[in-house]
Amino acid sequence: MPAPEPEIVVEDPREAEDRSPAVATTAKVEAVVYVLLIALALGLGYDNYKSGMGWAKDGPQSGYMPFYLCVILAGASLFGLGHVLLKRWQASDSFVTRDQFRRVLQVFVPTFLFCLATQWLGIYVASLLLIAGFMRFVGRIAWWKSLLTAVLFALAMFFTFDVAFDVLMPKGPLEALFGY
Amino acid sequence: MEALGLLLHGFAVLITWKTLSLMMVGLLLGVFVGVLPGLGGPNGVAILLPLTFTMDPTAAIVMLSCIYWGALFGGAITSILFNIPGEAWSVATTFDGYPMAQQGKAAEALTAAFTSSFIGSLVAVLLITFLAPGIASFALRFGPPEFFAVYFLTFCSFVGLGREAKHKTIISMTLGLLLAAVGMDTISGQLRMTFGFSDLFRGVNFLVAVIGLFGISEILLTMEERLALRGHAAAIKLRVVLKVWKEMPRYWVTLLRSSAIGCWLGITPGGAIAASFMGYNLAKRFDKNPATFGKGRIEGVFAPETAAHASGTSALLPMLALGIPGSGTAAILLGGLMVWGLNPGPLLFVEHKDFVWAVIASMYLGNIVGLVIVLTTVPLFASILRVPFAAVAPMIIVSCAIGAYAIQNAMFDVWLMLLFGVVGYVFKKIGVPLAPFTLALVLGNRSEDAFRLSMIGAGGDLRVFWSNSLVGSISTLAVILLLWPLASKIFEHAGRLLRPAKT
Repeated sequence: MPAPEPEIVVEDPREAEDRSPAVATTAKVEAVVYVLLIALALGLGYDNYKSGMGWAKDGPQSGYMPFYLCVILAGASLFGLGHVLLKRWQASDSFVTRDQFRRVLQVFVPTFLFCLATQWLGIYVASLLLIAGFMRFVGRIAWWKSLLTAVLFALAMFFTFDVAFDVLMPKGPLEALFGY
Repeated sequence: MEALGLLLHGFAVLITWKTLSLMMVGLLLGVFVGVLPGLGGPNGVAILLPLTFTMDPTAAIVMLSCIYWGALFGGAITSILFNIPGEAWSVATTFDGYPMAQQGKAAEALTAAFTSSFIGSLVAVLLITFLAPGIASFALRFGPPEFFAVYFLTFCSFVGLGREAKHKTIISMTLGLLLAAVGMDTISGQLRMTFGFSDLFRGVNFLVAVIGLFGISEILLTMEERLALRGHAAAIKLRVVLKVWKEMPRYWVTLLRSSAIGCWLGITPGGAIAASFMGYNLAKRFDKNPATFGKGRIEGVFAPETAAHASGTSALLPMLALGIPGSGTAAILLGGLMVWGLNPGPLLFVEHKDFVWAVIASMYLGNIVGLVIVLTTVPLFASILRVPFAAVAPMIIVSCAIGAYAIQNAMFDVWLMLLFGVVGYVFKKIGVPLAPFTLALVLGNRSEDAFRLSMIGAGGDLRVFWSNSLVGSISTLAVILLLWPLASKIFEHAGRLLRPAKT
């Protein structure tokens, strides 16, 4: 009989209701995606039509392949749209519940802000803010732990990419202060 | 044997301190990436690709392929200890691996998983060693029509053999091909689908798309679920390892069968995921008492792991020999090769002999070193899961952004990555497969070039694709595969119509 092994248990700090209303059904999201794809196919198709979708003496013109790809894309999306509207509109499961959607936004919004911040502050300062903020506000981890992790991670990234491997990253005023 | 001589030369190229240490780093990073939820083989390789831009191609590809082996090994750890498959291809490993861990046999299950992974990839590497040079020298005779036929075959087999709804596979593939065509047309030099945005002149970079589709979207998906987990910590003792190894020869049929399945599905674009399930199901079907599967049978670990690893490894065979990746990760490695100006395909075996054989040699070495590393470091990696996801998630996001930016030094790519992240999230949830998209994006330009070059050569005559027996049979096979689901449906209908008539 082997000795009982130590267990690893990680609890999720974020409380969540088990039953939360759906924001949208999968069928609805699918239909919207198909409509967007058809619009995309029309837009790209028009551009390719302009650049020449015909057959010149020496073979296809540059818009030929993409134009017909747009036709196939639009056709397949139209089929999917019809399929979803006629057969699966009723009795579709939920795409995201309100609770899940909130959690997805909890990570998407900070990521968006991080990309925005990277343009002004450089990637290292932005990542420091992202990691510290995310750990503190979403993970509810103590301030000192969050800040320490963020600073160490940003420094490690800086030394790996900018110093050791010569891969230059976008930098902001802080790095300029140190002469990088 | 010419292959053996070249292989030995490959080993000689590899055995330097620098390459060996890069290998270790690659393997450790790979296992790390495989263990973490929200990071997988494909985006692990894609994110770390920029690190290798300043290395020489051989060292770079060795490190990248080691990340890939590491990820294949790492997926098993969380499946067995936590019942959470770190990778889609280790889902089948949880069926028997987790019950074994619950019975206190975690160490046995882990040893079994790692050893069978090792055997699976060893078989696949042997296959590559002896088959790849032959295929490559055969493919040297290919002209543009033949290449287009092979690309066409790859696309058709995805549509015909894929398990997802056909229209969704087609959408994903055409979208990938269209995005690949954005930017400068390589033959006429005309700009296409840029709508005047100068950032689009370069085209949509394939690696940026991959980082978004797999990295960011995976984070969004993981956040959706609640993140409580409970599992076992285990260290592997040498005694247990030897015990499992002693028992292993008894299961040679399972191992052999799974290796064969894996190799086959890896070369054709079926992938490691399908292979692991098929390996598991066949082992169960051929067993004397299939009811005991799912309750902690060691074969239930051997079968899927061998198949997954064999398929993951053999996916590199068509990539090296023909320039057609057999899996998503192979597609990214291919993207990497192109970054260094190496053109994967049959010519690689002629022009860059050293490189190819060093890569193949690194497959042998990487798997042996990998086996030793995972066997000794399991407790370390299992404890990574103690780190809260709230700390891991932002770090992954930062790594993704760094990876996306570094490829072309463009901020635009970071935004593109975010967009692809949302697209990937929505696509995964509505069941549009991402693998055809990846494949189409990486092969798009090459297949269009092949098509147009063969059209120029033939004066615009489509019959060039049936002009000789070689290209004709490939094209015909492609069309058959494309229409396969339709045909089987018709047969089914005909069968149903005929049956009542008989009675």
